[in-house]
Amino acid sequence: MVISNKPLNLFLAIVILTMPFLGFSNAEKDSLTVEKHAAEAGHAATEHKVEGAVKTKDAVNAYIEHHLQDSYDFNFFSDGEKGVHYGFSLPIILWDNGLKVFSSSQFHNDKEVANVDGTFYKLHHGKIYVSDAEGSLALDGHDHPTNVKPLDFSITKNVVSMLFAAFLVFFMFTSLAKAYKKNGGLPSGFGRVLEPLIIFIRDEIAIPNIGEKKYRKFMGYLLTVFFFIWILNLLGMTPLGINVTGNIAVTVCLALFTFLITQFSANKDYWKHIFWMPGVPVPMKIILMPIELLGTLTKPFALLIRLFANITAGHVVIMSLIAMIFVGKNLASDMPISIGLTLFISIIEILVAFLQAFIFTMLSSLFIGMAVQDHDHDDHH
Amino acid sequence: MDKLINDFSFGLFFWQAIILVVLILLLVKFAWKPIMTTITEREEGIKDALLSAENAKKEMMALKSDNQKLLDEARAERDAMIKEATAIKDKMIADAKEDAQAQGAKMIEQAKATIESEKNNAVAEIKNQVSSLSLEIAEKLLKEELSNTESQTKLVEKMLADVKLN
Repeated sequence: MVISNKPLNLFLAIVILTMPFLGFSNAEKDSLTVEKHAAEAGHAATEHKVEGAVKTKDAVNAYIEHHLQDSYDFNFFSDGEKGVHYGFSLPIILWDNGLKVFSSSQFHNDKEVANVDGTFYKLHHGKIYVSDAEGSLALDGHDHPTNVKPLDFSITKNVVSMLFAAFLVFFMFTSLAKAYKKNGGLPSGFGRVLEPLIIFIRDEIAIPNIGEKKYRKFMGYLLTVFFFIWILNLLGMTPLGINVTGNIAVTVCLALFTFLITQFSANKDYWKHIFWMPGVPVPMKIILMPIELLGTLTKPFALLIRLFANITAGHVVIMSLIAMIFVGKNLASDMPISIGLTLFISIIEILVAFLQAFIFTMLSSLFIGMAVQDHDHDDHH
Repeated sequence: MDKLINDFSFGLFFWQAIILVVLILLLVKFAWKPIMTTITEREEGIKDALLSAENAKKEMMALKSDNQKLLDEARAERDAMIKEATAIKDKMIADAKEDAQAQGAKMIEQAKATIESEKNNAVAEIKNQVSSLSLEIAEKLLKEELSNTESQTKLVEKMLADVKLN
């Protein structure tokens, strides 16, 4: 867990750092604008009555939270004042006493209730519950509904984004493979950019961590994961509003893959080091056993939290900085600050997009390397 | 943590797993395998080419030094041959000179001997000729002088007179 502290700290630090900005813009609105822009304030007051205009700190927070979550619609942008969303609905697939497939546009009504073959489903905070015609939910103490949740296999926004990224990666690298065939083993066009990256993954990540002899078997996984995460991270930087790698289910799945590959490719030495650590006294062996066993779980756990926290933090920071324009009232002073900071953080985030993909791949190969390498018992412990 | 667990969507997890597995399988089959094979082959090719170039260079160097050695040997041989030839020539000249000298000396000696013997022969012949000539003369003279008895008696007397004197 030592490793995972760092990104969490970073995440917290960034969140805390951004708070003053939000606070400042708020203060300005509360005190100065009321007096200075009396006429404007009056205009703004009328605007505030229209629901959904993202103008307040709470509205911004809600908007960011909404962005970070998965969605049943693919929204490119929305007009809060008119309550219009621009995008397209995605299919919802439920397993609730049989397969139920319908468009998410059925939720687009006042109560967010869809009537499918006589069963009513209610969309509540991005989750689907079985409900009645009124869309009433029974809430528990934590405001979580206690209604039955059907098994949800919907093609959500994140699934579409992943399919898009997967297609992109597949297209890029099959075209590189084809270019090799056509060009007599030499890359052409965009492949010249991709090839050094593949060699980088092989020479800087796979071979040093796994070893010259065994790395070849894991290259497929490492390369796929690296480019998949990287493309998804970069897609998150586009204005399409995609946030796939900042979703806990995605990172859990990725980390689980690394975990399973590590465990299934582990050799005898690896298990021996977990259950009966050589070179230490017997009582220590017994104490070390659960620690080592837990260690196998914390490693992928650190992996999933790191990726999730970094990407989420990036999205929160960028959206908060952009929101400064809308929360603050003085456009002339807020805009340069907001745009400047957003640009700065965006550049850092592009670096982070690569870095997180790199670190994920790096640590995956490190864990795999630890599981498959042949230990020399004399030099360590 | 409660929020994280609440945010966890099984559907997304399910799709992610399927997409990832399918993507890995497809990429391994259609991209990574051919790409890695090509890259490895190319690297091996480059390594081989470099190695063979290095070898060729070494071979060239070896050849060059061999050539140099051969050249040096040839040069040394030529020098030795020239030297030998000079020596032989000198010796031949010396030998010839010596031979010629010896031959000359021998010839001179022979000539001398021949001349000597010829001379002796000639002298002997002359002597014989002279003696026979003088005998003839003496005979003719004697015949002339002793053709009459008077002169014969005169001679005998004279001889007797000579003998007496002795």
